Amino acid sequence: MCLAVPGLVKSISGHEAEVEIGGITYRASVWLTPEVKVGDYVLLHTGYAISVIDKEEALETLKLLREIAAI
Amino acid sequence: MRFIDEYHNAELGKRLIDKIHRNSTRQARLMEFCGGHTVAIFKHGIRQLLPTTVEMLSGPGCPVCVTANEDLDKTIALSRLPDVIITTFGDLLRVPSSYSSLQQERAEGNDIRIVYSTLEALDIARANPERPVIFIGIGFETTAPTIAASILQAEQENMKNYYILSLHKLTPPVIKALLDSGETIINGIVCPGHVSAIIGSNPWEFIPAEYNIACAVSGFEPLDILLCISMLIEQTESEQPKLEVAYRRIVRPEGNQQAIKLMEKVFEPCPAIWRGIGSLTNSGLKLKEEYQAFDASQVFNVSPEKSREPAGCLCGDILRGVKVPLDCKLFKTACTPEHPVGPCMVSSEGTCSAYYHYRGEDE
Repeated sequence: MCLAVPGLVKSISGHEAEVEIGGITYRASVWLTPEVKVGDYVLLHTGYAISVIDKEEALETLKLLREIAAI
Repeated sequence: MRFIDEYHNAELGKRLIDKIHRNSTRQARLMEFCGGHTVAIFKHGIRQLLPTTVEMLSGPGCPVCVTANEDLDKTIALSRLPDVIITTFGDLLRVPSSYSSLQQERAEGNDIRIVYSTLEALDIARANPERPVIFIGIGFETTAPTIAASILQAEQENMKNYYILSLHKLTPPVIKALLDSGETIINGIVCPGHVSAIIGSNPWEFIPAEYNIACAVSGFEPLDILLCISMLIEQTESEQPKLEVAYRRIVRPEGNQQAIKLMEKVFEPCPAIWRGIGSLTNSGLKLKEEYQAFDASQVFNVSPEKSREPAGCLCGDILRGVKVPLDCKLFKTACTPEHPVGPCMVSSEGTCSAYYHYRGEDE
């Protein structure tokens, strides 16, 4: 039920946005993520963006995973 | 970078599993709170890849599963009111209540519609201004802010026919209740990633601080989960429980402040009844007094028959991590996804459903 998937924000108009997931564009609300910009990836849950994905942190985690793998 | 494929890398996964095997020397029982984690763990075969010292337990993190029959009975009673349109997430439709299910009520002609989001429920309310549209608000902190936003939207548009039946539940109180009960040994908790996207990681501080239990917040891709388990094993082996986050691209310590603000504007904590657990103070959300005009439980007077539980169903014990589906005599016999007796077999993220679909006969 807490299922949420990453999607790319294509356009924003007020609270409404178009978010692309796997090539399909969905209508979404960005009311819960006022900081969002076009080009950001958001986590989409039941039609609402609930978090803007932090690219820096995503890269950090991948770096950490590769470090663990190198040991 | 699409934030999914990167976390499916098999080579990195193997190395993480090797690391967990190297580090794990003592028995560790880890509970994944969230039903989404239960499904992901099964789907990616993670249970079989872990050393025998690491045992995964499924927790009560499936909102549909923990909704008590007496609350489900209210949704049935509301669906029988004249002119009412019930809107709900699909998961709820097939869940058996005491005497019926929304699916059965729909077959009998009541207007019950599945929506993907409250945005659609609002569309239905706009298109049917003469009819009451009730959205069944089920979900944890992940979902509650989206319901709050829909109420604020309805208020802005001065809509008079949009209502919520709030059956929302809060996750930290139930984890506390499980740990307080001491019914089952838990050495570490895989904390819910998308609940934490909203509330942040800070609310989980009590797990290591008050209960001396390992704790890490996880995402839902296989590498996220393996990283989380690896963190938990390091904590249990070193006997130094702390709060860690294996899902930092999404989860911040303070959470999503805007979502919390909207949720607190519309809702306030109230007691809630959890299947198998009972009533827990401040573990539910009800609409605040100023939003009572949107509150289906205030506006519509329904009095369902006394609720009852299905005989022999172990969903309650399974939700507490005390029993597993294989302990239930009904599992795969009287209770199947086609003919579910209890909610854990219905919901896509229910523990019984996950066992049914992913667990091999030979285990």
